[in-house]
Amino acid sequence: MEIESALKWLQTTALAQTIAENDVLFPWIESVHVLAIVLVVGTISIVDLRLLGVASLDRAVNRLMRDVLPFTWGAFVVAAITGSLLFSTNAIKYSHNFLFQGKLVLLVLAGLNMAMFHLIGTREIGTWGTKQKTPLVAKAAGGLSLLLWIMVIGFGRGIGFTMH
Amino acid sequence: MTPSFNKSLNIICAWIDQTALSQAIQVTNWVVPTVQTVHIVAIALVASSALMVDLRLIGVFWADRPLNAVVARFLPLVWWPMIVLFATGAILIVGEPARSLKNPAFQLKMTLLIAALIVTGLVQFLVRRRPKFADEGVARRGGAFAIAVVSMLVWASIIFAGRWIAYYA
Repeated sequence: MEIESALKWLQTTALAQTIAENDVLFPWIESVHVLAIVLVVGTISIVDLRLLGVASLDRAVNRLMRDVLPFTWGAFVVAAITGSLLFSTNAIKYSHNFLFQGKLVLLVLAGLNMAMFHLIGTREIGTWGTKQKTPLVAKAAGGLSLLLWIMVIGFGRGIGFTMH
Repeated sequence: MTPSFNKSLNIICAWIDQTALSQAIQVTNWVVPTVQTVHIVAIALVASSALMVDLRLIGVFWADRPLNAVVARFLPLVWWPMIVLFATGAILIVGEPARSLKNPAFQLKMTLLIAALIVTGLVQFLVRRRPKFADEGVARRGGAFAIAVVSMLVWASIIFAGRWIAYYA
């Protein structure tokens, strides 16, 4: 039950209580969270569609990743910070919410998928990265990423409907 | 809003509310979150594509590529997913007419949407007339910068207003 007491401490911190009790702080932070996740998913889909061989075919894959992923990471940092603030306002209840738990699992899977692609998929990127046809490993990583991020949005949206 | 506007809005909301479709959405509780998820995925495509165009107008993204090539790549992804946004938005309105149509956040969002359509149309028009206008001279550069900033602010505000609908209901 150490996690439980840590969560209890979290939601009784001054910051968490301020956000929870203020009329407009929660919706404002939530708005920034939605904007950030929208940009995470929208920008990462540009890379995913390239990996699938669907769009931006005139740009080399690693070049496109260098162009686009800094925006994805920037937005992800904002989403993570705002998400943590929202979580802190009701930490115990969120942690027991099935869709919240599922969303965290999906985020871990998206991270693993990306790490695996960087470890295995990009090994011979020099030979296929400029071509329109991408290898199966790239298509799998891109398709899985798209699927996982769309599910992150779905699970995230569902949390608000299942908290009461 | 004027009293007569509010009166007609009340009549419209009451009428939508009693339709079979609205009733069906109201009693099926997975419809609204599912349709909202599709709505958010579509706005992710629209807002991110608009951002790529805006960043190119400013000159911080794909500056090595011609403006019209970047616009040709991303502007269709601002326009076409809007069909999905209108369709899913319409379903949400039918499911909760008063909660949306009479909501100040929703009304603000629709006003901002008109602004977004105008600024997106303006980019399309300017690029068609002068394919590289954002890279031609100080005045056009400044104009492109201003358009990009307005576009980013408007799209971000649309997303904010959308989230605030829940808090004015």
